[in-house]
Amino acid sequence: MPRPALRLAVELDGDGAHPAAWRRAAHAPGELLTARRLARTATAAENAGFTLVTLDDSILPPASGADPVGRIGAVERAAFVAASTSVLGVAPVIATTYAEPFHVSSQLSSLDHLSAGRAGWVVGVEEDPAAARAWGRPLVEGPAARAREAHDGVRVVGDLWDSWEDDAVIRSVATSRYLDRERLHSIDFTGETYSVKGPSIVPRPPQGRPVVLARQGLVPAGLTDVALVGGPTAAETGAAGEAATAAGVPLAFAEIEVALDTPRETARERIADLERYSPWEERPDRLRYTGSADGLVSLLAELAARVDGVRLLPLVLDEDLSVLSRLVLPALFVRRLATRPLPGTTLRTSLGLPRPVSRFATSTATSTSTSTSTSTSTRTVTSTGTALVREETR
Amino acid sequence: MTRTDPTDVPRPDARLHFGVFFQGVNHWTIWSDPSSGSQIAPASFLQVARTAERGLFDAFFLGDGQRLRESEGGIHELDVAGRPDSITQLSALAAATDRIGLVSTSNTTYNEPADLARRLAGLDLLSGGRAGWNMVTTHNAWTGENFRRGGFLDHADRYTRAEEFLSVARAVWDGWGKDAVAASADARSWSVPGAVGRVRSRGEHFDVDLAPTLPRSAQGHPVIFQAGDSGEGRDFGARNADVIFSAHGLDFDDALGFAEDLRRRLRAVGRPEDALRILPGTEIIIGATEKEAEEKARWVRLEQVTPAVALGIAGRLWNIDLSGRDADGPLPAEDPVIVEYTGTFGSSRIKDALTTVAEWRAKAEANGWSLRETVIELGPQRGHVGTPAALAEKFARFVRYGAVDGFNVSPYLVPDGLDDIVDLLVPELQERGVYRTAYTGTTLREHLGLAPVE
Repeated sequence: MPRPALRLAVELDGDGAHPAAWRRAAHAPGELLTARRLARTATAAENAGFTLVTLDDSILPPASGADPVGRIGAVERAAFVAASTSVLGVAPVIATTYAEPFHVSSQLSSLDHLSAGRAGWVVGVEEDPAAARAWGRPLVEGPAARAREAHDGVRVVGDLWDSWEDDAVIRSVATSRYLDRERLHSIDFTGETYSVKGPSIVPRPPQGRPVVLARQGLVPAGLTDVALVGGPTAAETGAAGEAATAAGVPLAFAEIEVALDTPRETARERIADLERYSPWEERPDRLRYTGSADGLVSLLAELAARVDGVRLLPLVLDEDLSVLSRLVLPALFVRRLATRPLPGTTLRTSLGLPRPVSRFATSTATSTSTSTSTSTSTRTVTSTGTALVREETR
Repeated sequence: MTRTDPTDVPRPDARLHFGVFFQGVNHWTIWSDPSSGSQIAPASFLQVARTAERGLFDAFFLGDGQRLRESEGGIHELDVAGRPDSITQLSALAAATDRIGLVSTSNTTYNEPADLARRLAGLDLLSGGRAGWNMVTTHNAWTGENFRRGGFLDHADRYTRAEEFLSVARAVWDGWGKDAVAASADARSWSVPGAVGRVRSRGEHFDVDLAPTLPRSAQGHPVIFQAGDSGEGRDFGARNADVIFSAHGLDFDDALGFAEDLRRRLRAVGRPEDALRILPGTEIIIGATEKEAEEKARWVRLEQVTPAVALGIAGRLWNIDLSGRDADGPLPAEDPVIVEYTGTFGSSRIKDALTTVAEWRAKAEANGWSLRETVIELGPQRGHVGTPAALAEKFARFVRYGAVDGFNVSPYLVPDGLDDIVDLLVPELQERGVYRTAYTGTTLREHLGLAPVE
């Protein structure tokens, strides 16, 4: 039986995946850090038919030397993007290496509420000791300690999302109670380095839990919805995808850096132009594609047998996003190799993921929490095209 | 319209400023009425913010509180609860509004300065210079249980931490010089050499070293709001704040006294008297006639203080579980139970219960009040009640005599609780020349008439 069609994600950080991408951007350098630029890129991704955009982040500058050292926080950008679009999933990178998991939980939960269920989370790690100095926190040293912080962080955040059962807000005029305290839970997490009490201050997110994406192996399979995988070749990338799903992660997305031929220049010429300024270092965990739109369609067709989706990292957003939008995604949709999200659906629904039941839910409560159609919410789309409107019925 | 003789009035041309406070967790927002909407749905935030913007308000505020309140050994159930992360929610509102300021109440005790400063600066950039930060502090170890650092602050340290926090935040916001980014892609470097600085700060509470990643916004820095009524809090505000969010806005003399005290403190620290704006929190209840307004106020109080809420409030005073008693009957006959620890968290402790109970009893007896009526009458008085014209006259006097610069309005209904104020009161204020008729600037700092950041 063929696998379901690919889901398509695109990374929107900065001006593109190449550190010198700003040299070829269609705007003045300072415009990068503006609302207008962000809204324009997000709208382009939504109109192209991507299911999800991701936004990279760190407390440290995104590059050094001659390349951009400025970046607005990913959570703030994600919320802004969510309010500027209506069907696009939005996943900021957040590292829990030094951040407070309680804040991380509230931020992502809020993103899910304000986007009517379109939030995801790319679990990040702060590896550079300079991040500890910027945070003013003791260094989390070594891969094992960083993995522990990532693991504990994802667990705490997930537990906090579960800490309000779906129907904790009862608004019972008869008993004068707004909440039912029996449906709110302390999570009482105790890890090696900290403890968190709970419950959350934010009611359970519309998706139950926003979609968790993580590099394969960073956090346990049971806490991950989408494993991000890759390798130097298509065969290795496909194998990594199969290994991730065999390990129990529901979905595997291949990470592919793409540089595409444009009407004026070939991808190779475009890369060569940027290499005059800064190197584009290859990463062992990402596939790189350089060439025509047709070639990329063929590559994705090949990968579609072994992975559930792809996350594309375009060389230069202002150039490659346009080729993706005009040539690549339409070809994929026509051939039913990929699907685009339907208006009014949550990110989980777009990805074919079930809505998780709160781990605290009692048997009587679970019956209302298994699908969005029976939850307490109804959705409407505003005339302005934003999806900020989500009215709760009582 | 009669205008007061300018020679008698200290500030004849003063304008009133309005903010709206979307509180989040409280028992003043009526949830039981059929017109009451969700406290968490995006539609609610959007409608309140857009109504406020239609009414030419300066700012939209979100409250803070990092642990759900508890009483009688469990989560407090009676009141509206649940709130979004404020900077996240406001970043979405930045995309859905044009002019209104977006103010996040963020706690200095449970955040780290480089991270919070960056988030606020991001909101400031995405909103085109409309961000504000309502700084709050706490030493509350009970809330600290939700954070990896735990309850780590002595009471005395909360303002020293806040002050050091703010100085790091300002250094982060000042990290980039003007025009720090290259004008074109042909430049040698994306950032102008020397224009992007570094922050190194080592103090009692923080030891940080970072390269800030954000340019200055259109207003320079987020606008600093501060509450805090103790002498220590007022001094902190006089030294640091752009706006004071006070509880002195009901009675003219009380408001004027507070404002004069703050102006004294401003002079003492060498800041000009007009360096900050004073915006007391208030409710505004409007009726077509005085009688209708009073009736509406009565209805609002009864919806806010339900029998269960009244028994809960009295129960915390008496330190006895009164649930199941008759709120419409007399006050409890028992004496309050005095213990050091009241078992209630997240709401203010009641000091000196014996004296308060004696006062409640005396007044209830003299007026023939039930327990619920006593709670309503002797609880905090929350707002201004009247016709649009009478309220406009009153507010014009408050602002022209320098008792306030405006009000931070807490609507008793969400999301349409601002409609009356915007549709009925604002035009009356405009007619008296005491309220703007259009936004004249684009940034929150400009709305408030504050001096630019140096």
